[in-house]
Parts: sequence; C-alpha cells; structure tokens
Amino acid sequence: MAETFDVIVVGAGMAGNAAAYTLAKGGLKVLQIERGETPGSKNVQGAILYADAIERIIPDFREDAPLERHLIEQRVWVMDDASYMGTHYRSEDFNKPPYNRYTIIRAHFDQWFNKKAREAGVLTICETTVTELLQEGGRVVGVRTDRKGAEIRAAAVILADGANSRLAVKAGFQPEVRPENVALAVKEIHFLPQETIESRFNIGEEEGVVIEMAGKISAGMMGTGFLYTNKESITLGVGCMLSDFKEQKVTPYELLDRMKAHPSIAPLIAGSEMKEYAAHLIPEGGYNAIPQVYGDGWLISGDAGQFVNGIHREGSNLAITTGMLAAQTLVELKAAGRPFSAVNLAAYKRKLDDSFVMKDLKKYRRLPEIFHHNKHFFTTYPELFSKAAQTLIRVDGVDKKSKEKAIKQSFIASRSLLGLIGDAFKFWRAVE
Amino acid sequence: MSKIEEKLFQDRYRVDAGRPHIRIKDAGLCRDCRNQQCTVCCPAGCYSREAGGQVALTTDGCLECGTCRIICDEHRNVEWEWPRGGFGILFKFG
Repeated sequence: MAETFDVIVVGAGMAGNAAAYTLAKGGLKVLQIERGETPGSKNVQGAILYADAIERIIPDFREDAPLERHLIEQRVWVMDDASYMGTHYRSEDFNKPPYNRYTIIRAHFDQWFNKKAREAGVLTICETTVTELLQEGGRVVGVRTDRKGAEIRAAAVILADGANSRLAVKAGFQPEVRPENVALAVKEIHFLPQETIESRFNIGEEEGVVIEMAGKISAGMMGTGFLYTNKESITLGVGCMLSDFKEQKVTPYELLDRMKAHPSIAPLIAGSEMKEYAAHLIPEGGYNAIPQVYGDGWLISGDAGQFVNGIHREGSNLAITTGMLAAQTLVELKAAGRPFSAVNLAAYKRKLDDSFVMKDLKKYRRLPEIFHHNKHFFTTYPELFSKAAQTLIRVDGVDKKSKEKAIKQSFIASRSLLGLIGDAFKFWRAVE
Repeated sequence: MSKIEEKLFQDRYRVDAGRPHIRIKDAGLCRDCRNQQCTVCCPAGCYSREAGGQVALTTDGCLECGTCRIICDEHRNVEWEWPRGGFGILFKFG
C-alpha cells in the first residue's frame, strides 16, 4: 500500500472508533485497522454504555444505535454464601429521556459505531493484525501488519488496541502488564423471553436493572460480580485480580458457575439458554499504573492506556473520551500546521488531566493498593454484616440489647477494636 | 463434555490450523514449575497438566484474554501473539 495517511488507528473498539470518527470529522485522512472479522468480534464488555461520553461525539446516537435497555435501577449486593445484603436505588428520574445509561451488546454496538466512523470518511480494514510499529529515529512512522508486505505509513498512530497492548510493549513504550494491575473477568450471556426478564426484575419494556456484587462470590480474592439486563438476555460475570487468581486453585469458570448457583442469582437466570462464554482482562491498576501515553508520532487511548475507573465500573466512557481527546489533539495540531512531535502531543496529556478521566483516577489512586493488602474487605466484612442482619431480623426470644451486644462482639472478635477503626480509616483513604 | 468444553461449545471460532498463536518456550521450565498456575487460571482451560508433570497447551479454545502470559511473570515462558487477522475467537455478542 503506497498510500499514506494522516493517522492510523489500531483497533475498532470504543477508543478506536471514537478516535477514528473524531479524526475523520476533523478532516484528517484516517486508516483504522481491526484484527477481528468485523468491528466488535474481538471485544468484550459487561456492557454498560454511558450516554454522556458518546453524546459528546454523536449527539443523536439514540436514533439508530443498537441499545438494549436504559437503566432505572442500580443494586449493590454484598454477599456471603447464603445471603446478600444490599442497597437498591431506583428512580423514575432515570426513566425520563434523555436516558443516562444503557445496557449494550458490544458486537452489535461496535459495528454501529464503526459504521458511523466509515460514513465520516474513515477507511477501516478488518481481519488484519498489526504486528509492530514502524519506527525511524525514535519516531513512529506507521505500522506493519500480517498482510503480505504491508507496511503502512502515517504521520501519527493512535494505539487503541485494548488491555493487551502488545504494540506498546514491543515498542518499549510500556512494560508488560503486571498481574496486580489487571483483573480477569469471565461472563456468560443467557437468553430469556423479554416478558420473563421484565417480570423477574419488576421492570417495563426497555427498562433495565444492574446488579453489582462483592463479597464471597470472589472466593477471597479482590474482585466483583455483575448482572445486567438486556432486552432478551442477561449477561452476568465475575472478575478478580490476576495476582489473586495466581495464588489459589479455583478456575475462573468454576467461580462463575458458583456465582450462577448462588441462591439469590439462580432464580434470576432459571430456564435460560446460555449462548456465549467470554473472558477478558480489565486494567485495574488505576492512576499509578497509567503509562506514558504519547510520544513522537504516537498516542495511546482506552484500555491500552489503563484508563479504567474500577470502583465505579467505568471503562467504556473513559475509552470513548480518551479516544476523542487523542483525536482532537491531532486535529488541532494539523489545523495549526504543527508536526505530531512528542512536545506537541503533550497537549493530549493536558486534555486528559483537565477531564474527568484523570481527575477521577487520581481521586482513587490509593484504592488498588489498599484493597490488595486488605482482602478482609471482600471476605470478613460481608459475613459479619450478613450475620448482624440475620441476628437482628430473626425473632427468637432473645432481647434486642443482647443481640446488639453479640453483633458488636462478633465484629471485635474478627477485627479487634483498633482493626475496625483502622479499616474505616483505610476505606475512607481509598475513596476520599 | 467437561464443564469448560460445554461453555466453549457455544462460542464461535475460526481456528488457524497448524499455526497456534501461543507457544510454551521451554517445556522443561513448566515441568519444574511449582504451581503450574496456567492450568488453573486459563479461562478456556487451554493448559492441562500431563501425567509426566508436563504442561500441555491446546490453543483452539483460546479466548485471547492474555492471562497465561501475564501470570507467568516469574518464568516468562509463554510466547504470546495475536492470531492472524480474522482468525481465533469471533464473539457473537462480546
């Protein structure tokens, strides 16, 4: 291919499509390369779409994007083997357009998003794996692909190649991913008649519920579970840190099957037909794990740059936003007639710092470390809370004062008074 | 069918026959590896422990997550590339 491009975007996920679309709209000549058969065929997410991020790029996305259900209810469950204790927040305010969050199916959504990019002028080629970045004198000048002899040159490359950014590692832009900075999530999609989903979750047509779960479903590991309602299916999964998976003997699929068998979850998926099983890594290292995200002729966005807010389960919106900001940086430089040098691309980092992306990640910068060293947040506390609730709720002739005393003693016996105070402080430090 | 085979049976693949994208570099290192944690952590069960203590790898059911490469951080004994364009797992839903 003798043709040259302003920008090559590697990947057609959330970050890649956002970047490619923004670049083309900004008048740049864009080549997007995707290794899947179609955009989305290699991509895995829960998945929730946050309207705000996509709306900033495609304001009328609701008109034709494949959306499953808008979310009107958020459940957070802390679980032990027999129980869950939770908070449910449901509001009619979430049931008024424009809706804030939607469940989506990535294989469908990514094809739509990529179609928008192509309509804006992007050339997307699928079934092509980028094998390395072309570098000359420390500058990225293009990519090499697995198509015969295919070296393709461009003035800049945006890496939107996901959680396993082989290109960035091979080029020496970032070190290999460390087990403590990434979670492995496995999930399944289960089909049920639409009316069954709506009656089980007490929702109307197009309304949806999410359940986020923590506690013993992660088998002592730092991790969480989730269950999302789609139109005619439910996706559910569980993810834990790889550093924890490494130290134990439960396989990821056993963990998922245990979760599905939990007495609070099994009835929700009873009678369903499982149609796909998927696994994916989620960058969870947070602020401190973010690598260098730009250099001479290159920028990184999305999961490849570790842009995930683990505690709030946000990733796709960070991917869309970082892809958009990387593209805007290039569009502005091109318009000003300035080269895509590292010095000029530093503008991307400034945009990131000014956005919610870095502000949120910075706020939770201590969280991964604190949770890594305090696994009892995932094991001891869920059990203590569950027992406390049960003690209070069960009517058995024991007076309430004695019950309260027993609960207090159970907490002190497990964690000691100082331990409890320390845990409260650590939790506050993690999220302050 | 084992539990994991039942799950993978629902998935769609285009296998690049004879060209596995993941390779164990030194089989001897695996034999001496204390935990052989790849045999536990791979979500597709691609790694299995053989009778002689070796680790066998079959990449056909690979979900391309990268777990095996990252957890082998003490030995770095996994050579891991993406499959050729268009090959490997093809998610219907993702």
